Amino acid sequence: MTEIAANDPLPKPKRDIAPILLPIAVALLMIPLIGSTSSWLTLTAASLAMGMMIFIMASGLTLVFGLMDVLNFGHGAFIAVGAYVATLVLAPFAASIQADSLWVNLAVLAPAALLSMAVSGALGLVVERVLILPVYGQHLKQILMTTGGLIVAEQTLYALWGPQIIPMPLPASLRGSFILGDVAIAKYRVLAMLIGLAVFIAIQLVLNRTKLGLLIRAGVENREMVEALGYRIRRLFLGVFMTGSALAGLGGVMWALYREQVHASMSDDLTVLIFIVVIIGGLGSIGGCFIGAILVAMVANYGGFLVPKLALVSNILLMVAILMWRPRGLYAVTSR
Amino acid sequence: MTDLLKLSGVHTHIGRYHILQGIDLAVPQGQVTMLLGRNGAGKTTTLRTIMGLWQASSGEISLAGERIESRATPDIARLGVGYVPESMAVFSDLTVKENLVLAARNAPMDDKQLEWIFGFFPALRRFWLSRAGSLSGGQKQMLSIARAIVEPRKLLLIDEPTKGLAPAIVMALIECLKEIKRKGATILLVEQNFFAARELGDNVLVMDNGKIVHRGEMAALAADVPLQERLLGLSLEAHQ
Repeated sequence: MTEIAANDPLPKPKRDIAPILLPIAVALLMIPLIGSTSSWLTLTAASLAMGMMIFIMASGLTLVFGLMDVLNFGHGAFIAVGAYVATLVLAPFAASIQADSLWVNLAVLAPAALLSMAVSGALGLVVERVLILPVYGQHLKQILMTTGGLIVAEQTLYALWGPQIIPMPLPASLRGSFILGDVAIAKYRVLAMLIGLAVFIAIQLVLNRTKLGLLIRAGVENREMVEALGYRIRRLFLGVFMTGSALAGLGGVMWALYREQVHASMSDDLTVLIFIVVIIGGLGSIGGCFIGAILVAMVANYGGFLVPKLALVSNILLMVAILMWRPRGLYAVTSR
Repeated sequence: MTDLLKLSGVHTHIGRYHILQGIDLAVPQGQVTMLLGRNGAGKTTTLRTIMGLWQASSGEISLAGERIESRATPDIARLGVGYVPESMAVFSDLTVKENLVLAARNAPMDDKQLEWIFGFFPALRRFWLSRAGSLSGGQKQMLSIARAIVEPRKLLLIDEPTKGLAPAIVMALIECLKEIKRKGATILLVEQNFFAARELGDNVLVMDNGKIVHRGEMAALAADVPLQERLLGLSLEAHQ
């Protein structure tokens, strides 16, 4: 029997702010452990910047996971392809990149990033149609197909560009740091934070303020019912897949600039972090993905500073801890 | 009376299970056809097969003369079929308003239609901007039905709308469905609540083991207690 009659007042929904407070608590907890305020601020800024880059790369994957229950182990290919496309665009404009003017630098960087997104998005279209469409609903085959796709993509990049690491220097105006007292915050990290925040706000606006966003959120929760309302969710999924691939391409460009280098297997380590972020955030949850990315980056940065020997396992430990607390991730959207 | 929906020799397999074993049924235009039967008889599978959520292995399904058995679910919905599943399937993360905005696929929501819906389900107006996940079971059922009728539909497939609801809410739902019926809707309604079935049904189909074992007028079945006991294992009185 139902507990509340039709006209009874609705219980006020509880705002679940515990996951939002978690990174804040972690950051505050680190102040006494790290000791120096300037080191803490530098590490926190590094965590936020790294978190934003990981979020950009993971946001598409979490929607793909949540919306269509597709395990895409080849997501890293879009990251590497995005970075390589950027090297192609930037190579003829080396002088503009080294010019000491932010606007000249951005005038070259922005088209390179946009083109990288376009190519990664188009590659996403091909991958979805060729590799994923035949194996919907079959997880094992999805893993095999997408892992195979990743290997083919990496080997193609090796064949075209060679095995060497390609340098991708930061533009002159983004080198160096903003100095605030005895705290130094790298300029590029500030830009990465701003771009990540802009992407997060844009995704939230689309998801919450447009009919397309409503469809995506509804589809993550119950795609069968969305179809029963007359919407062709496969087309919607294709759009989300392409957007996710394009964002991975953007993330690839940003990560390559962060590391100042590009190589075909650059996404291998990142893919592990991205999957951890998607799992601890909750499949299909953009908010969870955002917080998860910051937490993963915090653990990597604070952990690397305090206990370098634990750096390799620290994110796995984080995932275990979060899943013991919330088995379906920080914000459970789907029932999976 | 023309038949809006017709199923002929429909078989459905789910995995290795043969659920529907040659269903023949017709749903006349403008009437409420009840689909009754014990648990596991195949009622929900019948609705899901019509909706294309499970593919018929063989047989024909036609809606207003148009074959639909091999069409995808969105295409069937676009022909004007509204579906209210047993689980209600409201989108918990979306507000009441957002649930209805999605259901009004063809155009913005019609204010008159909304007012009509609010007349039956005032709770939906009250909780317009609340998350559907925080509604009670009865309110979710109201939302689920409202979603199916927010736009004009040729056919409504409704699966056990009174299941698990308090008696007062069941009465409100029956009144709502009666009003929908008075407006000329064609409904195929799966129901375990015999009282609701008697109040709403023009015709009745009884299923057992994936087959239709009885068809006729609802009033005739409601008046025949031995037949109810033979077909359903319970009489109407026992349900009340």
